[in-house]
Amino acid sequence: MNPSSNTIPQFIVEEVEPPPLPLSQLTWRRFVRHKMAIFGLIVLSMLVFYSFGGGFFVSEAYANKTNTSLRLDAPVAAHPFGTDTVGRDILARTMYGGQISILIGLTAASVEVLLGILIGAIAGYYGGWIDNILMRFTEAMLNIPQILLLIIMAKFFSSNVPNIQLLGRTYSGSVVVIILIIGLTSWPYLARIVRAEFLSIKEREFILAARATGTPTWEIIFKHILPNCIAPIVVSATLGVANAISLEAYISFLGMGVRAPTATWGNMLEGAYNYIETAYWLWFFPGILIVLIVLSINFLGDGLRDALDPRSRTA
Amino acid sequence: MARYIIRRLLQAIPLLFIISLVLFVIMQKVGDPIATMGGRSVTRAADRERLTRQLGLDKPIYLQYIYWLAGNDWALTDMNGDGTPETYGTRHGVLRGDFGTSLVKVGKPVIEVIWERLPNTLLLMVTSEIVIILGALIVGVYSALRQYSLLDNIMTGVSFVGYSMPIFFIALSSIYIFSVNFKRWGLPYLPTVGMFDPKVGQTAGQVILHMILPVFSIAFISFAAYSRYIRSTMLEVLGQDYIRTARAKGLPKREITFIHALKNAALPIVTVVGLDLPLLLGGAVVTERIFAWPGMGRLFLDHVERGDTPVVMGILMLIAVAVVAFQILTDVVYAWLDPRIRYS
Repeated sequence: MNPSSNTIPQFIVEEVEPPPLPLSQLTWRRFVRHKMAIFGLIVLSMLVFYSFGGGFFVSEAYANKTNTSLRLDAPVAAHPFGTDTVGRDILARTMYGGQISILIGLTAASVEVLLGILIGAIAGYYGGWIDNILMRFTEAMLNIPQILLLIIMAKFFSSNVPNIQLLGRTYSGSVVVIILIIGLTSWPYLARIVRAEFLSIKEREFILAARATGTPTWEIIFKHILPNCIAPIVVSATLGVANAISLEAYISFLGMGVRAPTATWGNMLEGAYNYIETAYWLWFFPGILIVLIVLSINFLGDGLRDALDPRSRTA
Repeated sequence: MARYIIRRLLQAIPLLFIISLVLFVIMQKVGDPIATMGGRSVTRAADRERLTRQLGLDKPIYLQYIYWLAGNDWALTDMNGDGTPETYGTRHGVLRGDFGTSLVKVGKPVIEVIWERLPNTLLLMVTSEIVIILGALIVGVYSALRQYSLLDNIMTGVSFVGYSMPIFFIALSSIYIFSVNFKRWGLPYLPTVGMFDPKVGQTAGQVILHMILPVFSIAFISFAAYSRYIRSTMLEVLGQDYIRTARAKGLPKREITFIHALKNAALPIVTVVGLDLPLLLGGAVVTERIFAWPGMGRLFLDHVERGDTPVVMGILMLIAVAVVAFQILTDVVYAWLDPRIRYS
């Protein structure tokens, strides 16, 4: 018996199981399993390409060119989506409108995420009376239906906002107003989630260790606790973009949203119901684009929720 | 349980105060009601100044809020312009039930203005909610029983689409299909404007006919969300052990589904319905605009546009009170239905 001989085959566990995958790979695999989420991602990319890429083929002057002799034309080869009440080509307007709608969605969601994280983090970390006051305020804002708040705030800010010149194009100032008010009315939902996460993570031992070694408070919040609750924030932010695009469409439809000359998909629907018998293309094309983008972002958000935070799924 | 209810009610009071304060502050800058008071001509400067003084709009904002809350019949205002306050006001304030008078329909009490429109909105909302619950129960249970079948997948797809659609798209599409195109094809078409045909009068039949399209639009979106939810809770319940026991004991399928499974699956629906109901009060703004339904959503829009603070505050406080009350009611009903829940 030679003790150094290796003739007897030994089952070494490492040779049977594959090495564990890093977390990002596991997350990606869980995401790819969702066909709906992939579908949503593809449709979303197509819509973004349509809006922003279309800007290279069609100039903005063409989109805003009114030609009242052609008003309310049905879709033909020259105007694939028809023309609107003053003769502008609807296809070009949906491209530029899409840019603004997507921009509003992204920016409003960023405002919401910023405010939500800030308020949720402060309430969750400090606790006590700060938490009490902030949560009462959050609850108060959650108890008022969002669209009513939006209508009031749109009226509040609505007087005489000047046009903005950015990168050689003119935007109506109401775009900034809409972004602000959508962000200001959507944060309570995220703040509650962030606060709940903070309350549970705050009690863990590594936070105690960080406090014991004298880490400053803001560093604990932003460098230690916050990266651990990224998952619900990302999901909430994604669904927040869809929500913001939807809300912008609602409020522009009511006439209190983005004003002329800037076009958005919701803007184009304003007053379209007056022409419902004669010109279906006025509301059909912007409407279906809104449905597609909200649908794809919802699918994407669903897939992200499953990929990043599989415990939160109930069904 | 009684202690829990009392505690929730007491907690609700400061919440309502905060809500009313926030809304009141926002409403100050919204619109200028005095501008329209001159009738067809622009209000003259002297009249504007007199009206501002008489309506109490020149007082600082905290004083206006206190007058709104507690009335001004204990305070003197200067009614006849001689510089010294001498008359007592006439408002009793919200805390005593007086919401003031509308600034747009001058002199009409706010409660009357709201009461004219409230039943119309309630009619629409309650009908929609019943349709949604019934439809979602049927579709949700069927989808759960026949999971992954063709119909289930179609229903899931349709729910996802319906959930993402903005309500005006569904409303406009349904108008286009059922009204415009039916008319073109010679079929009897559904009316789309208002609550009843003025030539025929407000009969029950007319109202029901006019209600079909708005209810369909509202119901389609929520129905999508609810049926998915019922499907998922039903699936969860059907996987439980006691269902397996019931099947093993040989109970008929129908009894298992409807008596044992559905009762347990429907419990979370109570929460969802209870929290959704008060939001319906204000949430039909867009639908009422499209279908010209004379309800509270349109009232809200019209009066916000003209800056009528008392009416808007009245509507908003009504909705806020309804939301808070329904939250407490939902918690209590849920605890009553589910004996595992105990509140301290």
